[in-house]
Amino acid sequence: MLVIENVSKAFGATIALAGVGLRVAGGERVALLGHNGAGKSTLMKIVLGLLAADGGRVSVAGHAPGSRPAREITAHLPENAAFHPALTGREQVEYYLRLRGARAALARGLLERVGLAEAADRRIGTYSKGMRQRVGLAQALIGEPRLMVLDEPTSGLDPVTRREVYAILSELAGKGAAILLSSHALTEVEARTDRLVILARGQVRADDTLAGLRRRAGLPVRLHVSARPDAAERVAAALAARRVNGVGVDMLCAPDEKMARLGAVAALGALVEDVEVIPPSLEDLYTHFSQGDRP
Amino acid sequence: MSALYASAVAEFRIALRNRWVAIAAALMALFAAVLAAAGSAAVGEVAADRLSVTVASLTSLAVYLVPLIALLMAFDAIAGEIERGTLPLALSYPVARATLLAGKFAAHLGVLALALVAGYGTAAVAAFATDPGAAAGLPALARLTLSSLALGATFLLAGYGLSALARRPGAAAGLAIGLWLVAVVLYDLGLLAAVVAAGEGGFATKVFPWLLVGNPADAFRLYNLAASGAAGAGAGVDAAAASIPVVQALASILLWPLAGFGLALRAFARVTP
Repeated sequence: MLVIENVSKAFGATIALAGVGLRVAGGERVALLGHNGAGKSTLMKIVLGLLAADGGRVSVAGHAPGSRPAREITAHLPENAAFHPALTGREQVEYYLRLRGARAALARGLLERVGLAEAADRRIGTYSKGMRQRVGLAQALIGEPRLMVLDEPTSGLDPVTRREVYAILSELAGKGAAILLSSHALTEVEARTDRLVILARGQVRADDTLAGLRRRAGLPVRLHVSARPDAAERVAAALAARRVNGVGVDMLCAPDEKMARLGAVAALGALVEDVEVIPPSLEDLYTHFSQGDRP
Repeated sequence: MSALYASAVAEFRIALRNRWVAIAAALMALFAAVLAAAGSAAVGEVAADRLSVTVASLTSLAVYLVPLIALLMAFDAIAGEIERGTLPLALSYPVARATLLAGKFAAHLGVLALALVAGYGTAAVAAFATDPGAAAGLPALARLTLSSLALGATFLLAGYGLSALARRPGAAAGLAIGLWLVAVVLYDLGLLAAVVAAGEGGFATKVFPWLLVGNPADAFRLYNLAASGAAGAGAGVDAAAASIPVVQALASILLWPLAGFGLALRAFARVTP
């Protein structure tokens, strides 16, 4: 659905994107991760045709970005969605419906879907940031888009609403929409997207599933062993590991040593009460890929 | 069509809620009422009917007020959207920039039309109240109303162009007031000074009339005064330009909005959200 190949963009001497390539297939949810200034918003603006790339190729279902057919199947939610404070939520959504040539009467259903039915006839100037974000989401749902480009879709939303947003996105992806979203909240995209693309200094540092990223990073796995009371010292000595407190023993091991280490823990038998395997978190992976010298 | 309507409806609502409709209509009505009251004091021996006299004084009012109201409504149209951050989303929709611009224009022109009807209507009612023969001035009033709309259209579009060039509402407001001062107030003074300095040479007869008719505000004044046969009674610039045919002034009034839309669209097309 979305193909980005070798796209570059510079603003004067500042290089925003240097040969970025990625693909989003229909039905796939891809999270674009990166620091502020990593090039996420620039890439999204290029995909939407709001900015022209200096080089490379972008195709939206075979159409040039920003062309009319591309815009007809693309929905966008900008970062910090802003609207005119003098209009009501309903009027604003009606405006976007009419811009797409859809019936204005559909506004009611869309506002209900994002939980704004009650506040629909109040001016947007009185809305909280989360409510404005919901108006933004409502307009992005118009006309079952085939490509959704969402810049920080859950910023300013409470945890319950975040969950609802991802439920809506999963539903759309289930119907075949390609979803490209950026986020700072790593823990929330971890379980709710299919693939992660890490962008740093205008380059793609990693593009894989979470499991794939873990494999490639080869970051150490942490094993947390709970010893029987009074046995922590002996367990730590036997495993050549570090005692955390009276009962806990922590050790780090490379992913391929994990099974051997677990075997050693099991061999201690009754001295051990429990063992937990803690894989590297997405934060660890993100730090690894975005700061490492090489992907 | 649906997109143009969307843009126009939203913009008209915003103008309504920002009190622009009320402010513009009240301003026009107030000035028209003051002019009507002042005009009725100096009756004297005038051959024309009451309404024609009122139209002549309204013309001299409208030439300042209509461009001012238009520019004040227009300066925020694009710069305001850039500042609020509403422009990138609208531009990601499958809608041409010309359509968005045309929608805003239709709404603002509607507001201006309401203000003109309120103002000129007030003056007309006052004229009919004092002179039963005022109906003779109705064609002049119709000409004034329509040419005022065209004049307003030109300055609305100029306002959009400046709004797109400035990209910030503050800067756009400054540019708009600057344009008003130069095009409406100082232009005539400058031309008058040039005519006086050049004397009876080729400038006064060849170049000057074109410079005058090329300015939409002057073309508006010439058209309304000339069409109602009042140009001869004018002084200064008006008298010097009495030789310009009405049709050229009318062409200028009607062509400026077309050129203005093209220029405003060009400026808007260069805006990167």
